[in-house]
Amino acid sequence: MFSLSDKKLGQDIVSKIKKEKIKAKFMHVCGTHQDTIVKHGLDSLLKKCGISISQGPGCPVCVTTPLEIEKMLLLTRNGVIVTSFGDMINVPGEYKSLGDMKAEGYDVRTVYGIEDAVKIAYENPSKDVVFMGVGFETTAPATAATIISNPPKNFSIFCCHRTIPYALKAILDIGELKLDGLIEPGHVSTIIGIKPYEFISKDYGIPQVIAGFEPIDVLMGCWMLVKQIKQGKTFVENEYKRVVHQEGNIKAQKILNEVFEPCDMEWRGFPVIAKSGLKIKKKFECYDASVKFEDTLKDLENKELHEPEGCLCGELLRGLVSPFDCPLFGQACKPETPVGPCMVSVEGSCNIEYRYSEK
Amino acid sequence: MCLAIPGKVVEIESNKDHAIVDYGEGTKRKANISLVDVKIGDYVLVHAGFAIEVLNKKEARETIALFREMLSFEEVK
Repeated sequence: MFSLSDKKLGQDIVSKIKKEKIKAKFMHVCGTHQDTIVKHGLDSLLKKCGISISQGPGCPVCVTTPLEIEKMLLLTRNGVIVTSFGDMINVPGEYKSLGDMKAEGYDVRTVYGIEDAVKIAYENPSKDVVFMGVGFETTAPATAATIISNPPKNFSIFCCHRTIPYALKAILDIGELKLDGLIEPGHVSTIIGIKPYEFISKDYGIPQVIAGFEPIDVLMGCWMLVKQIKQGKTFVENEYKRVVHQEGNIKAQKILNEVFEPCDMEWRGFPVIAKSGLKIKKKFECYDASVKFEDTLKDLENKELHEPEGCLCGELLRGLVSPFDCPLFGQACKPETPVGPCMVSVEGSCNIEYRYSEK
Repeated sequence: MCLAIPGKVVEIESNKDHAIVDYGEGTKRKANISLVDVKIGDYVLVHAGFAIEVLNKKEARETIALFREMLSFEEVK
């Protein structure tokens, strides 16, 4: 009921776009959108209509910084059980990943969600258990809801949650790319609704469409952007109405506001982006691993960390290059031997491109 | 990462924080429902073990028809 499949409709949308004879550059910020685009060949289809489309910083695992990963490696060395999502565990810090630490015998656990990490904390009362909380607004409410559910005191969260709107602002402020439209992530928007994007259209004069994840959704999203461009309009349009409500999920927003406050945060490939991160409020700091382990982690604060040599993940996350521009892609860097995070994560452009070009 | 899967709420646990969600083809899993207001029979979107939204069945059924309508009537002027 919730999937859309209609080949004829897809063809009709493409021919409509083609008829407009437009040349435009769009960006989206979601690995699931990228998966749909590459899997169904929408990128080459849209190129024929004059539209190029790139991913941008839309992969929470990919934008996590080497410093954040190094901090988790340090905690495992200090006997803490570190838990996170599968992709995160395999992203290298400066040299090693949490997965490498696990292979060396340290206690690192892959979890499907934060509640699995809480369960591990209950099962190991004499140990500290840290959940490395990555993810955008889609994932952060689960972390917030867990914090207010009174988990055990040996459980804490290393908060790497980031938020989308100010990252989009950063892309536009940096100005390396001239973008004609933004496709906004459907499931982030499920939580935040439409309003948080509005300043972008207003301040930067750029059309935006919140889109779902079926090929028809992405094509329809592009068509809506084309229409705005042709009509000289700039506003936030919602293509994914079957899921995204205008005001978002208010219950989730309330829990987010109760637990977190916005903070400035560094993203891989970017300088510090103002107001783009979530910090656990003082009231809940007993669950904040960066406070709980402050003494252990402070040695890393001023350490200069290097990105893997030759890796173009930073440029890729700013939408400047495609995986094919990277000399490491498919050579030294493959899913089984990843150099950068965009090849590790199934949401990363390089991993997606490699997976579908193999077939 | 932001992947979310739709499923039907078939049972709500007595603590009201968790429900059993049926994803079809015999796959049923527990999900936390503290971020949404749901009743048995509702469809929810589940991400990393948490239901993040209740789905609008009417909108879903009408999506294709709505898109067709938009394409046929909204010629760009």
